[in-house]
Amino acid sequence: MTDLAGPVGGRAKSSFINDPKVRSIGLQLIALVVVVFLGWSFTENARDNLAAQKIATGFGFLDNTAGFGINQTLIPYSETSTYGRAFVVGLLNTLLVAVVGIFLATIIGFLVGIGRLSKNFVVRTLSTVYVEVLRNLPPLFQILFWYLAVLSAMPGPRNSISLFGEVFISNRGIIIPRPLFGDGAGIVVWAIGLAILMAILFRHWAASRQEETGRYLPVLWVNLALILGLPLIAMIATGFPISFEVPQLKGFNFVGGVQVIPEFVALTVALATYTAAFIAENVRSGIQSVSHGQTEAAHSLGLRHAQTLRLVIIPQAMRVIIPPLTSQYLNLTKNSSLAVGIGYPDLVAVFAGTALNQTGQAIEIIAITMGVYLVLSIITATIMNVYNKRVALVER
Amino acid sequence: MSMTFDDGSFIRNEMAPALPPPTQRIGAVAWMRENLFSGVLNTLLTVFGICLVALIVPPFVRFMFLDAVWTGENREACLGPQVGACWPFIQAKFGQLIYGFYPISERWRVDIVFASGALLLVPLMVLSWPFKRINAFLFFVAYPVVAFVLLTGGNINASAFLLERFGLIRGLVGDAQIAGVNLVFWVDYALTALLVMAAIGGLIAALGGSGRSAARTTFWVFLALGLLIFIWDVDVGLDYVETRQWGGLLVTLVIAVTGIVASLPLGILLALGRRSQMPVVRLLSVVFIEFWRGVPLITVLFFATYMLPLFLPQGTNPDALLRALVGVALFSAAYMAEVVRGGLQAIPKGQYEGAMAMGLTWSQMMRLIVLPQALTLVIPGIVNSFISLFKDTTLVLIVSIFDFLGQLRASFTDPNWATPVTLYTGFAFAGVVYFLFCFGMSRYSLFVERRLNTSHRH
Repeated sequence: MTDLAGPVGGRAKSSFINDPKVRSIGLQLIALVVVVFLGWSFTENARDNLAAQKIATGFGFLDNTAGFGINQTLIPYSETSTYGRAFVVGLLNTLLVAVVGIFLATIIGFLVGIGRLSKNFVVRTLSTVYVEVLRNLPPLFQILFWYLAVLSAMPGPRNSISLFGEVFISNRGIIIPRPLFGDGAGIVVWAIGLAILMAILFRHWAASRQEETGRYLPVLWVNLALILGLPLIAMIATGFPISFEVPQLKGFNFVGGVQVIPEFVALTVALATYTAAFIAENVRSGIQSVSHGQTEAAHSLGLRHAQTLRLVIIPQAMRVIIPPLTSQYLNLTKNSSLAVGIGYPDLVAVFAGTALNQTGQAIEIIAITMGVYLVLSIITATIMNVYNKRVALVER
Repeated sequence: MSMTFDDGSFIRNEMAPALPPPTQRIGAVAWMRENLFSGVLNTLLTVFGICLVALIVPPFVRFMFLDAVWTGENREACLGPQVGACWPFIQAKFGQLIYGFYPISERWRVDIVFASGALLLVPLMVLSWPFKRINAFLFFVAYPVVAFVLLTGGNINASAFLLERFGLIRGLVGDAQIAGVNLVFWVDYALTALLVMAAIGGLIAALGGSGRSAARTTFWVFLALGLLIFIWDVDVGLDYVETRQWGGLLVTLVIAVTGIVASLPLGILLALGRRSQMPVVRLLSVVFIEFWRGVPLITVLFFATYMLPLFLPQGTNPDALLRALVGVALFSAAYMAEVVRGGLQAIPKGQYEGAMAMGLTWSQMMRLIVLPQALTLVIPGIVNSFISLFKDTTLVLIVSIFDFLGQLRASFTDPNWATPVTLYTGFAFAGVVYFLFCFGMSRYSLFVERRLNTSHRH
C-alpha cells in the first residue's frame, strides 16, 4: 500500500503481494482449498454417519423390491416392482402434470394476457383481477384449496356431476370414457399421422407459393379439413374400430372408463392457473414491447385487426415472450413437486418421500431427484439458447 | 371534361347526401358502445364477463359478510343451512395462527419482534427519509441478532471455541461462570484471536505486505463475531423457547426475513464472483447459482432435512427450523445473486473506469461506487424475490414445520370447530392474509420502480 514508487518493469520486493496476478491466483487457490476441504469433510462425515446408522450406500437399492403401491401409474407397476421402476413411475407422473399443466397454462395465459390489453373494460378488469389474485397467493395454498375445498366438496359418485352422460365429476376425481382399440385401429392412427404430415407439407408449399405469386391459400381451412377428414375417412373405411367405454355407475362407484384421480386434477388445475397468471404478464409485456407504429403501419396497409395481430404483432412479440415463457414452463415443472403436499405420486412424493423413508439412503435418492430437475432445466436452457440465437435480431 | 372518360368509370354528378350527425360520441352510452358492444365478439365477451362477475361476486360477499357468523363459542354457532364464513373459528384459532404453540405468557416477546421489525422497516421503505445507511444496518444486522435473543431466549451455551477442543483452557481457568457466560469459552476465544492475528500478520509481513493492517482487519472480524456470540451467550433472563413451539405467521415471517437477510450478502458475493475475472471463482459461483436455481425448493428442504445432518460431524444435530433456514437461505441466495447481477450489469462501464482512474482499490470501488448504485437499481427485484420467498415459505409444512398455512391446516382437524364451513373460512382468511402481504409488496416494488425510472429520465 505504501510503496508507490518502484522501478517500472522490475518488481519491487515489497509489492509482491500487491501484484494483481499474484493476488488473483492466491485468492483462487484459497477458494479452491476451502471448497475441496468442505467437500472432503462432508464425505468423511457422511461416511462416518452412514456407518454409525448402518445405512447402505450405492445405487444397488434400485433393484430391490419397493413394496409400496402407487395410486396412479402410467406404466405397469405393482408392489413387487423395484425402486427403479417406482422412480420411473414417479418421473412419468411428474412429466404428465408438467405437460398437461403447461398446455393449459399456455392457453389461459395467452387469453388473459391479451385480455389485459383489450379495449373492453369488463374483459380488461377481469383479466387484471385474475392476474393479481392468482399471482399473489402461494401455489401450495392454491393446490390445497383446489384439493380440499373444491374437489373434496364435490358430490359422491352417486350424485356426481355428469357432462353429456360421458364424463363424471365427483369427489373421486373425474371419470372419462376409455377408448377401446379394435381391429384396424392402427390404420386410423396412421391416418392421423399422415394427415398431420400432409398438413405441414401443405403449409410449407402454400407459404412458398405465396412468396412466388402473392396468392394466399386458405391454409387453416385446408389443414383443418385434412386433419379431421382423413382420420374420419379411415374410420369409415375400417368400420369404426375405435369405440369408447362409457363409465357406468355400479353400486357406490363407477365401473369402466378412465379415472383421473382428484390429486392430479387439483395439482394440474392449480399449477396451470397459477402459472397462467405469470404467462399472462409475459404475454402482455411482450405485446406492449411491439411499438404502436407497427400496428398503424399494418392497418394502413389494409390488414384487418386479426391479421395485424397474427401476422405483425405476435411474431415480433414472441421474441420477447418466449424466453420468460420457457422459464415459466420450468417453474411449473419444478412446482409440480408440491404434489407431495396433497399426496399426488410425483417424483418427489414417490421417490424422495416413500422410497427415502423406506431405504434411508438420503444421499443417493436426493441426488437422483435433484439431478432429474437439473437435467430438465439444463435441457430447457439449451433449447432456449438455440431459439434465442435463431430469433435474435441480426444487427448490422 | 368528364365526358372524356368513356371507359365506364363512374363520375359523380351530384352532391352526396349528407350523412346523419354522429350519434353520441361522449357520455356513458357512447363509451359503452365504443368499449363494450363494438362488435359481436366484444358484446359476447362483455355479457360473458358480466355473468362471471354475477356468478362470483355476490356469493363471495354473502359468504364473507352477509351470511357470516361473527360471534360464537364453538361449532354450534356455525351450524345451519345458510351459514357463511365462521369467523369465531378464526378468533378462536387466531393465537395459534400467529404464534403457533409459543407459550402464551411469552408471546409479548414475539409482539416486540413484530413491532420493532415494522418500526425499522417502514423508514427503510420510504425512499425519501434520511439515515438510510444506519437504518439498513439496524434492520439487516442488529435486528436479526436482537430478534434471535428475544425469540429463543438467547443464552446459547458457548463452551469451547478452538483451543479448548484440545483441552488447553479448562485447566487454566476452571469452570467459572458469570451471568450464564462460560469464562472458558471467552478466554479461549481471546487467545485464539490473538494467535490468528499473529499468524496472519506474520504471514503477510513475511510475504512482504503490511502485516499490521492485516492483523488489524483480523482483529475487527474477531471483535464483531465475538460481540455477536456474546449477545447470544449472555443470560438476559428470558426463558428458552425451543423452535418446535414456534408456528404460524411467526415462522412464516422468520423464514422469509431470514431468507432475505441472509441471502442478500451471500447473493452479492455470488454475483460479484460470477462477474469476476478469476476463472476458478467464476466457475464456482456459476455452478452454485445454477445448481440451486435448477432444483425445486422442496428438494432443497428434503436435502436440508435428511441429507445435511449426514454431512455434519457426528453429534451435531441442528434444530429442524435451523436446517430449513439454511436450505432456504442457500436457495434464495442463488436467486438474489441473479437479481444483483442484473444491477451490476446495468451500471455503465464508465463508473468502473472512473473509480479505477481515481485509484480506488477493487473493494473501495465496489463498496463506494458500484454497489450503492446497483443495489438501489435492484430494489424492485429484491422485493419481488422477497414476495416469492414469502410464498415459498408455505413449503416448510411438508417437512413438518408449522408455518401459517400448516397451522391453518392443523386447525381444520379440531373437532370443536368441525362444521361444513370451517374449511372455507380458513381458506378465505389465509387467502386474504397472503394476498394482502404479497399484493402490498408488489405495489411497493412497482412504486419504487416508477420512482427510479423518473430519476433516470432527465
